[in-house]
Amino acid sequence: MGLDFSVVPGFADALLLGVLWTIAITVAAAVLSFFGGILLAVIALYAPLLVRLPFRFFAWLFMGTPLLLQLFLIYFGLVELGIDLPAFVAGVIGLGLHFAVYNSELIQTAIVAVDRGQMEAARTLGLSRGQALVRVVIPQAVRDVIPPIGNNMIALLKDSALVSVIGVSELTLSAQLAIGRTYRPFEFYAVAAVLYYFINLGMEAVLRRIERRTQLSR
Amino acid sequence: MTETRPFVEIRHAKKSYGSLEVLKDINLTVDRGEIVAIIGPSGSGKSTLLRAINDLDPLTGGEVILDGTQVNKALPHRQYEKHINQMRQQIGMVFQHFNLFPHLTVRDNVVMAPKLLKGISEDAAQKLAEEQLAHVGMLERIDYYPSQLSGGQKQRVAIARALAMKPKLMLFDEATSALDPELVEEVNQVMKTLAQEHMTMIIVTHEMEFAADVCDRVIFMDGGVVVEEGPPTVVFQNPTQPRTRDFLRKHLSQYEKEK
Repeated sequence: MGLDFSVVPGFADALLLGVLWTIAITVAAAVLSFFGGILLAVIALYAPLLVRLPFRFFAWLFMGTPLLLQLFLIYFGLVELGIDLPAFVAGVIGLGLHFAVYNSELIQTAIVAVDRGQMEAARTLGLSRGQALVRVVIPQAVRDVIPPIGNNMIALLKDSALVSVIGVSELTLSAQLAIGRTYRPFEFYAVAAVLYYFINLGMEAVLRRIERRTQLSR
Repeated sequence: MTETRPFVEIRHAKKSYGSLEVLKDINLTVDRGEIVAIIGPSGSGKSTLLRAINDLDPLTGGEVILDGTQVNKALPHRQYEKHINQMRQQIGMVFQHFNLFPHLTVRDNVVMAPKLLKGISEDAAQKLAEEQLAHVGMLERIDYYPSQLSGGQKQRVAIARALAMKPKLMLFDEATSALDPELVEEVNQVMKTLAQEHMTMIIVTHEMEFAADVCDRVIFMDGGVVVEEGPPTVVFQNPTQPRTRDFLRKHLSQYEKEK
């Protein structure tokens, strides 16, 4: 029995919906991981020890354990504590926090690398340390790590397939459901792979645009 | 606040890093509208003294008083932060390496602090930016980013940025030392304009000719002390201290060679 892609169009709607869910979860988690990454970086660098330590533990937990396990813990585990999150929300939180920790590592290094004269100039004008960080230091640090953060976001897109296991009907799960009905794994997984590839291309285009727009400000 | 009090007063300023004494009991006053140059070999403490005035490098002893208010007041941390931010708004500073904010346009470099700290409107900010940039001859570069400017242009924008806060006092920390020789003049020109407008200025510089030209008083520092001070004609032409003579001989001969 050969390959038969003619079964695919019948599931076009379901697959397209899967694409939309994948994009939605990726964008939401990316936003969370970006701002969360900045926040975690500031905490890691400037918060008092008592605040810093629990966050360091949290960072270690998210970097040192499998993302799949984290998703299970957030979706299934938290129910026992009375926190019953919808699968989509649990997925966004899991993916978002996981990548926030990675982004935070990048941003911390970049904050430290911003020339000391920038903080001095801002303070000299009368800005407080916090204002100087928000207006002067952090924007430059973030600008400097846009390319590696972009790489993390590509990884996030690919890892978003993991949320299929907690029942978010994103692209991977949509493909699996179609396979369950047709017994055509190769065709649907191949189509899903192509669709991921196109989402990826779109994302890279957006990232390139952002990089170009920050070019002048170096 | 007494009438007779000098505008800027530095009393018994001391600064040490561990056992290294960088400033040894410096006393210095500057009158309103006065332009003072601080010269001296590197390591003499002149930049440290300048940076102590706005508490960028806190003194380990002594006081800095601006217009009747002590800058380096001993206050609890939170209150001190509030106080020093207030004081710094009144003290403009220009750095050797410009320290413009590369992620902001020339306009935003100039108006970011006034907008944030004085809450001026968008319209007022635009007017302020235009006014300050016109003052330093940089109006036509208002939409540029610092990376698109030459060193001299960057420094002129940095001066406009400091002036936009309407400071009472301007500090210049070797403002032209990092510039290519052909760009020094445009920055000197801006500083001369400020001098004509009677801005109070304290200028750390290596440029003897500029100091002689523009400043009312020259202070020669060496080894963390003020060795000699007086009008430029006296300090440059008839220095009384051997250390001053020695420094000027080296510096002026070097200057002659460059010519």
